Amino acid sequence: MASVSMTINGKAVRANVEPRTLLVEFLREHQRLTGTHVGCDTSQCGACTIHMDGKGVKSCTVLALQCEGAQITTIEGLANGEELHPMQAAFRENHGLQCGYCTPGMIMAAIDIVKRKGHDLDEHVIREELEGNICRCTGYHNIVKSIAAGAKAMRGHAGLQQAAE
Amino acid sequence: MTSTGIGAAVRRKEDHRFITGKGRYTDDINRPGQAHAYFLRSPHAHAKIKSLDVQGAKTKPGVLAILTGDDIATDKVGGLICGWMIHSKDGSPMKAGPHPALAQGKVRYVGDHVAVVIAETVGEAKDAAEAIKIEYEVLPAEVETASAQRQGAAVIHDVAPDNTVYRWHLGDKAKTDAAFAAAKHVTKIDLTNNRLAPNPMEPRAAIGEYDSGDGVFTLYTTSQNPHVARLVLSAFIGIAPEHKLRVVAPDVGGGFGSKIFIYAEETVCVWAAKKVGRPVKWTSDRTEAFLSDAHGRDHVTHAELATDENGKITALRARTIANLGGYLSTFSSSVPTYLYAPLLSGQYDIANIYCEVDGVYTNTTPVDAYRGAGRPEATFVVERLVEAAARELGQDPAKFRRKNYIKSFPHQTPVIMTYDAGDYAASLAKAMEIADYANIGKRKRESAKNGKLRGIGISSYIEACGIAPSQAVGSLGAGVGLWESAEVRVNPVGTVEVLTGSHSHGQGHETTFAQLVSERLGVPFENVAIIHGDTDKVQFGMGTYGSRSGAVGMSAIYKALDKVIEKGKKVAAYVLEASAGDIEFKDGKFTVKGTDKAADFGAIALQAYIAHKFSGQELEPGLKEGAFYDPTNFTFPAGVHICEVEVDPGTGSTRIERWTAVDDFGVVINPMIVEGQVHGGIAQGVGQALLEGVRYNADGQLVTASYMDYAMPRADDLPSFHVGMTVTPCPSNPLGVKGCGEAGAIAAPAAVINAITDAVGHEHVAMPATAETVWKACQRASQKLAAE
Repeated sequence: MASVSMTINGKAVRANVEPRTLLVEFLREHQRLTGTHVGCDTSQCGACTIHMDGKGVKSCTVLALQCEGAQITTIEGLANGEELHPMQAAFRENHGLQCGYCTPGMIMAAIDIVKRKGHDLDEHVIREELEGNICRCTGYHNIVKSIAAGAKAMRGHAGLQQAAE
Repeated sequence: MTSTGIGAAVRRKEDHRFITGKGRYTDDINRPGQAHAYFLRSPHAHAKIKSLDVQGAKTKPGVLAILTGDDIATDKVGGLICGWMIHSKDGSPMKAGPHPALAQGKVRYVGDHVAVVIAETVGEAKDAAEAIKIEYEVLPAEVETASAQRQGAAVIHDVAPDNTVYRWHLGDKAKTDAAFAAAKHVTKIDLTNNRLAPNPMEPRAAIGEYDSGDGVFTLYTTSQNPHVARLVLSAFIGIAPEHKLRVVAPDVGGGFGSKIFIYAEETVCVWAAKKVGRPVKWTSDRTEAFLSDAHGRDHVTHAELATDENGKITALRARTIANLGGYLSTFSSSVPTYLYAPLLSGQYDIANIYCEVDGVYTNTTPVDAYRGAGRPEATFVVERLVEAAARELGQDPAKFRRKNYIKSFPHQTPVIMTYDAGDYAASLAKAMEIADYANIGKRKRESAKNGKLRGIGISSYIEACGIAPSQAVGSLGAGVGLWESAEVRVNPVGTVEVLTGSHSHGQGHETTFAQLVSERLGVPFENVAIIHGDTDKVQFGMGTYGSRSGAVGMSAIYKALDKVIEKGKKVAAYVLEASAGDIEFKDGKFTVKGTDKAADFGAIALQAYIAHKFSGQELEPGLKEGAFYDPTNFTFPAGVHICEVEVDPGTGSTRIERWTAVDDFGVVINPMIVEGQVHGGIAQGVGQALLEGVRYNADGQLVTASYMDYAMPRADDLPSFHVGMTVTPCPSNPLGVKGCGEAGAIAAPAAVINAITDAVGHEHVAMPATAETVWKACQRASQKLAAE
């Protein structure tokens, strides 16, 4: 067992974990934050995407111990109380989800795309950037629409974004 | 139309929990004292288990129990079943070999379940599994669909010495052969419908639990049909009688068919929970999912189409070998038979059809229903044949189709089905307009200037959905009835709970079903809750598959709502002091005909519960009604998809430039959700056509067992889609709905391959049409051209 401390959704967390514990296991099994999902064993599907120090990261590829001192944001930490993050709202408004399983990873990846590529995203850029997130339900059509709309809506929500980080 | 009623693009009720990370999937659930199961699986495709020694492994840290096929036999746990009896041509019943939840003496595919280790943690269970000693006698493996029946093939089940489950047929052979003999032209085609892995993003999971106080088992599981799971686990596998077994299917992350079936893992978890006296949890990883979730498709077919001197189709015949894998899965026998051959008439008026299907065992993962289930295979046969025939006859493929379409309804095909309604030419015309079909020549020339090949492909699909009436499917061998149930509970304050036997795992039932209730009762949409997925709450139901939840599940709700309104009228008669025959109900108000006396729905609900205005002898208090709905026919969604591709002949890479879908789903409840279903179906169909394919090596090792090896469609493989609708209401259910869940997956593969073959000038391009496959087709076409 080894000790690790990090901040998850704004809350300081300290825990003893087996060194082999993945961040996604730490979130799901130790912190009971089950919004972050596991869809594959090979870092391909992106269902486990979270933000680590403001960057989109697949939490199945990070050991919990590597997160010492890190700021972690999961899907549960995105909304500001009752107020949804604009990207969450965009997914609902544009029917960007069906079974909901890939959705948390999609939303976290989408916010990361906006941070890296800006608020005016064309379809081609969104599709290329989504290479690391697999959805089996939507055919991506409405996910692409959601991200384009969410990216625009995030303009002016920088404060909210920082709060969420 | 109200803003939340039938036809409105209402945003989904269920989304809030999913976008905030509050969905509750099976793996999100942990039960007090829970232990973990790990399945030791066969590394061989075909082997005898000579010895199996678990004693050493049992002493490893954290181990609670290790169970094997011997324990299954000792406890008399019944085998997994196939619930649809198919008879061969000679009248003999299908040859179903034993299917124990843990192997007994023999393993039949890589991934077959040999033993289960139950331990305090998954890690400890895996560590202990490595200490299990097994001696296998490896046998030759049969992997290929087309050769499994050959003389000298390894025998997989003793009951089927030629590896043949059945030799089935449908249609009139003599008449069909005569029509071929008289034909002016015969088009012949050989097709392989590639094996697919369903891949819902949520892997399967199960938690079994036993309450020794009450003797009640609970199973949390990733199921599309929890009541069917309970029925099978009770009546056939014998875990516990139904009143002592609760099955809960909470949020389920996609199914596409693969979560219909009753598998070894959930059977073992619920059985083992009593043995170890602790809840037992298992969660599949992705490689286990590739190994053990039932696969889809896997047909090899030779098909022929006869036409007369006027280009009219006169007959179709097909011979198919369908790979059913190492065991018969829950509904596997029906997929390549009654869900396939009755659709071989497509949208066409074909007087003579004959189809033969051999179902075969191989040393591969069991094959069962996957989105479309039999109907994509039928559509691929029909639409590749029709396309090839049009080209051979030098006719425009759209004109050839239009000429041969069924134009009057009802239409009796020679293969069981009575199509009830449709306007196929209308969908074709609309699709051609949206796709700008008229100017394809110009676009082809533009591509040619850039050294590219452009092609266009049409697919006119039809499907039979609902998988009902029960009497009809019973006569075809189904072991169950395929009706649906609903219960509408009105609360005293006028809010409404609907309990449905359908199950939602992405389809948005919590929204569409609430739209129906809101529209019919005039109650606010947000005052309606849809409850599903728990056998302790919902009395019974057949679950969700075959695009049946709208046509059958919602119709049951519709019928229950009829009864609620009737009861409400009786209550209103007392309240409004009129005779029940004079009460009308509209827009949420009960009124006395011809007067201004009225009471709204909520007020009458309250009166029904307080029961002050009538005596219990006159009328029962309360407002709760149920219905079981069995349709009068299958439903027949149909439509036209047009795919336009550009191929780079230098590399063989194919890009989909444009996709047009025009579907007739009858009445649409929520167009936003319906379009979403179409998008997802197309993506899976394009995946089959361009990317996906389960591959085994000659020894039966699965070589596509992760997302590194199995090509899932990703966002940059697909375009945005142009989706349109036409509407002919379905006459066989009260809502006029047909079902939309499978259409895209059924239509898409033929549209893609018709487009690619149009582009490359060669009839044969196998699925998946990878760059290598398409490049080779380009090479063959140019060699052929050079030879001419």
